[in-house]
Amino acid sequence: MTPAAARELPRWATAGLLPVLNLTAAFVVSGLVVLVIGEDPLKVVRLLVWGAFGFEEAIGYTLYYATSFIFTGLAVAVAFHCGLFNIGGEGQAYIGGLGVALVCLNLDGLPFWLLAPLAIAGGALFGAAWAYVPAYLQAYRGSHVVITTIMFNFIASATMVYLLVNVMIQPGQMQPESRAFSADARMPFMHQALAGIGIDLAASPLNLSFVWALICCLLFWLFIWHTRAGYALRAVGANPTAAIYAGISPARQTMIAMLISGALAGCLGLNELMGVQHRLLLEFTGGYGFVGIAVALMGRGHPLGIVLAAILFGALYQGGAELSFELPRITRDMVVVIQGLIILFAGALEFMFLPLLTRWLIRV
Amino acid sequence: MKEPTAAPAIELRGIDKRFGNVHANRSIDLRVAHGTVHGIVGENGAGKSTLMSILYGFYQADDGEILINGRPTVVRNSAAAIAAGIGMVHQHFMLVETFSVLENVVLGAEGGALLAPGKARARTELAHLAREYALEVDIDATVGDLPVGQQQRVEILKALYRGAEILVLDEPTGALTPPEADHLFRILRLLRDQGKTIILITHKLREIMAVTDVVSVMRQGAMVAHRRTAETSMEELAELMVGRKVLLRVEKTPARPGREVLRVEHLRVADGYGVERVKDVSLSVHAGEIVGIAGVSGNGQSELLEAIAGIRPLADGRVVLNGQPVATRRRGSDPRKLRHLGLAHVPEDRHRMGLILPFEACESAILGYQDDPRFNIGPFLDYRTIVADTAVKMGAFDVRPSDPHLRTASFSGGNQQKIVLAREIEHDPDVLLVGQPTRGVDIGAIEAIHRRLIAMRDAGKAVLLVSVELDEIHMLADRILVMSNGSIVGEVAGDAVDEGQLGLMMAGIAPAASAAGAGTMP
Amino acid sequence: MEDVTLVVLILDSTVRLSAPLVLAALAGLFSERSGIIDIGLEGKMLGAAFAAAAAAAQTGSPWAGLAAGIAVSVALALLHGFACITHRGNQVVSGVALNILATGLTAVLGISWYARGGRTPPLGADARFLPITLPGAEAVRDAPVLGALYSELLSGHSFPVYVACLAVPLAAWTLYRTRFGLRLRAVGENPLSVDTAGISVPGLRYRAVICAGILCGVAGTYLSIAQSAGFVREMTAGKGYIALAALIFGKWRPLPATGACLLFGLLDAVAIRLQGTPLPGIGEVPVQFIQALPYVLTVILLAGFIGRAIPPRAIGIPYVKER
Repeated sequence: MTPAAARELPRWATAGLLPVLNLTAAFVVSGLVVLVIGEDPLKVVRLLVWGAFGFEEAIGYTLYYATSFIFTGLAVAVAFHCGLFNIGGEGQAYIGGLGVALVCLNLDGLPFWLLAPLAIAGGALFGAAWAYVPAYLQAYRGSHVVITTIMFNFIASATMVYLLVNVMIQPGQMQPESRAFSADARMPFMHQALAGIGIDLAASPLNLSFVWALICCLLFWLFIWHTRAGYALRAVGANPTAAIYAGISPARQTMIAMLISGALAGCLGLNELMGVQHRLLLEFTGGYGFVGIAVALMGRGHPLGIVLAAILFGALYQGGAELSFELPRITRDMVVVIQGLIILFAGALEFMFLPLLTRWLIRV
Repeated sequence: MKEPTAAPAIELRGIDKRFGNVHANRSIDLRVAHGTVHGIVGENGAGKSTLMSILYGFYQADDGEILINGRPTVVRNSAAAIAAGIGMVHQHFMLVETFSVLENVVLGAEGGALLAPGKARARTELAHLAREYALEVDIDATVGDLPVGQQQRVEILKALYRGAEILVLDEPTGALTPPEADHLFRILRLLRDQGKTIILITHKLREIMAVTDVVSVMRQGAMVAHRRTAETSMEELAELMVGRKVLLRVEKTPARPGREVLRVEHLRVADGYGVERVKDVSLSVHAGEIVGIAGVSGNGQSELLEAIAGIRPLADGRVVLNGQPVATRRRGSDPRKLRHLGLAHVPEDRHRMGLILPFEACESAILGYQDDPRFNIGPFLDYRTIVADTAVKMGAFDVRPSDPHLRTASFSGGNQQKIVLAREIEHDPDVLLVGQPTRGVDIGAIEAIHRRLIAMRDAGKAVLLVSVELDEIHMLADRILVMSNGSIVGEVAGDAVDEGQLGLMMAGIAPAASAAGAGTMP
Repeated sequence: MEDVTLVVLILDSTVRLSAPLVLAALAGLFSERSGIIDIGLEGKMLGAAFAAAAAAAQTGSPWAGLAAGIAVSVALALLHGFACITHRGNQVVSGVALNILATGLTAVLGISWYARGGRTPPLGADARFLPITLPGAEAVRDAPVLGALYSELLSGHSFPVYVACLAVPLAAWTLYRTRFGLRLRAVGENPLSVDTAGISVPGLRYRAVICAGILCGVAGTYLSIAQSAGFVREMTAGKGYIALAALIFGKWRPLPATGACLLFGLLDAVAIRLQGTPLPGIGEVPVQFIQALPYVLTVILLAGFIGRAIPPRAIGIPYVKER
């Protein structure tokens, strides 16, 4: 869906300048919203930046949020590379969390080096399983993956409420939560892990999931751009007819892309449950699946871009929390506004500035 | 009968239109007299449809003038064309399939905010039109359920209901059966006799001869000739249509055919709509020869090629490669397996199929060979080898710029085609399928590509070449099979071609005893 | 008698719960039948709900609330149109953006203006749409069965509910009996057919998304100033998506879509009623199961197991005229 004009411009303009313009537009409009509320946008930016990066603990928080966004951002991006739009990251992450929790609750006698891979496998497997049906329906029955993944988000939500209220609730408790994971089934915090090798960090929820997220980025990069399988997946996304010519089955690639997408989303539970909450609880996904859409669009499907975008959103989430202490009239919901605007400008209005840019470049 | 007027119903003066780099219409002049059936003939891509879209206000001409009944008219949009009395029957029917015939007819001419009165009016009017022009159709039927011939009548009714005096039909028989086409021609004659003016766009010469009074020939965006139908012949029109490109002759020694490498037996292929495009085609290609398939485009060559390459399923028949059956009706083949067995394929449309434009050149240069062990280390693509290999191919085929990392879309058409050819030829296949190898390629590159194909042959490979360029077929092919309407209608030796006869064959008129059967079946 | 009352009560709450679904589903109908995917029903409703509550709180008039609700919803619809029609952007991405934007903006503005954790100030009776008692409802209340049906089921709903009731035949009539409806359906199936008939494709699609905006505006207004006495954060709670499911379940046709809305509303009403009560022969049905049922049914339909839901052919494809 790249317009002809985009192909005639140099790559640095379409892949570099255009996204910057879009992002700027999103932030300018966000600034206008802040003005409407009656606050000074520059002051807000200052507080945000300080809240996100101003002190060691803040950086830990920022990266903790970023960890979740990396998982969901990669999930959306891998589907994008195959020409698919997976809106179901939220549901896949939710069910993936169930997989993580089941491992943590039932296998907590195992040593950590064995438990951690099993928890990863549990999250990935459950997340992928939740993506399986929409993927199958898209690949072999032609039902649109966007609609089915939306439906599966709600089904996931209902399923988890049922399980937590009726099955997994800790006996004798009112809160629909599982029992707490035992100490050996928790992801070590970064400050604990690094203390072991003599590095002193302020305590924050940042945990070893961050390392796994970065490994996922690396694996993603290797897979998409350096393996045969990734080549096939991208070929289907870029030109399904040419893929068929090359003997690549679009239906099969659809399945593969969606399963990987679900597995990546399913890893969210590692950070949120095994890393921080230490129990299975309701709504732990907190809309992070949707943040993944913004992150993937902003990061333009590249892991490096996704890490940067995830850190930006992590900073917005963490800075936004600090901000609402200072300016009670601005809550973290401002971040949701920014998120919506980024999806709007970097996604739906991706090429709005293209004619402008073209004219400007021709003149220069 | 209408009052005959001196001014032509339509006059086009110097119509010019470009789409980006494509010069679709080059300063076209055309006069269409009242009460005639005027044919416009030309190959696919000659610019006929673009010209008519301009007349209908669907595109705006970059330059030139349109006169309707002698009055200069600006056709800004379709509404203006309809108001000027022009009705269009499109190549791909512009009908809403889920609507009834009646709803389709009134769409855009509802005659008020509420449908009921307009529908009632249309119902009586349609009954009248149907009687007058033999356009019977069940007006309450859902259009999608109607056979194609009847859908077309709906299109004609639509135009007439809007008071069209000038009817434009764009490739109207493309999807019709012969009896349906005959019925259409009866309707057209009836319309003409009632004083309507008809423009018939087609690439089928038989239709021109059957129904038109006057014919104009287009080639590569230009109007090259006007003839009275009674005073011309199919041979002349075929030659005018295909024309000749000035090509440099490539030296070629006589072929020394070896064993049979590719055999196609009783192949039938249907398109997505279930229409049979290839009808019982048999042919064989031997090592060390180039077999050319000539024909006006759209006569089943593309489908034949894609079916042999494993991209389209066979409706019947089988394909035998190196003595081994690779595809039958029950057991389809897949392109990947065929490549392993030594079949390479240069597809007709490099943008749609042969390349992935957003990919880097080196990635496009392994398309289809991504599984080749040479390019892989375990599950990983060996980019160092791939880039080096691409650089070698680019050097050998003189691809410019020779940068394996440049995006495929950034190369010119000729260089893109060289990338495809390099990929398929350098893999040393036993059989090379080639479709339109020089379409959209500059003259310089054409010669290089032709040399490559002959070198392939001389290296003992079997080459099956599909081209709509007669000169290209002449120059390269050792044997020429002529395809028309899905069948092979004749075979001639490459060096003993009687052009008039070839034209007749391409027009679908089976020659006398000279061409026996279809293809060679030893 | 008690059974009758129970049935009437359940049906009555079905009507209340279905009304916003019906309005939103009809909104989706207009948009999607014109070829524009409308994931943003949820966001438009949410925006309208907030605007309606805020305007009603400010002016004390539910009519001002309705006007504000419709205005905001139409503005969001135009934004969607600007992205999808004018700039040919991805319709799904645009819809998602709309929903997220609405969630964020309503919360940010609500907290900043009212400092009540995202709620708008509670509305007094005259700032709300109150139940309307139809003539004679009191008089026939005691008549057996029919009396209860009239006084409970038909009478006693607020203005937007009656709008929803009227909107169904009106939408069906517009779609099937008017020139606008014919062209709207045509542009969603084959925009070329409309273009070659000399009608503007963008013009038609813009009008369609505006219709969707108006209907979502009424739906959102109903939620905040008729069903409740003010706006609560994320008060649409997925109703936009349920409406979307109902639209698909009704195969993009007004009456079946309305039927699906009523079915989903009934499921909801029954779930509320039955909470914790075991059903004879089945035992206790988990309420979550009933809540998920609309989505499950829609997926099963989409999979092609109960009939086939064939979307408008041109849906989701930006119209490009030049080749």
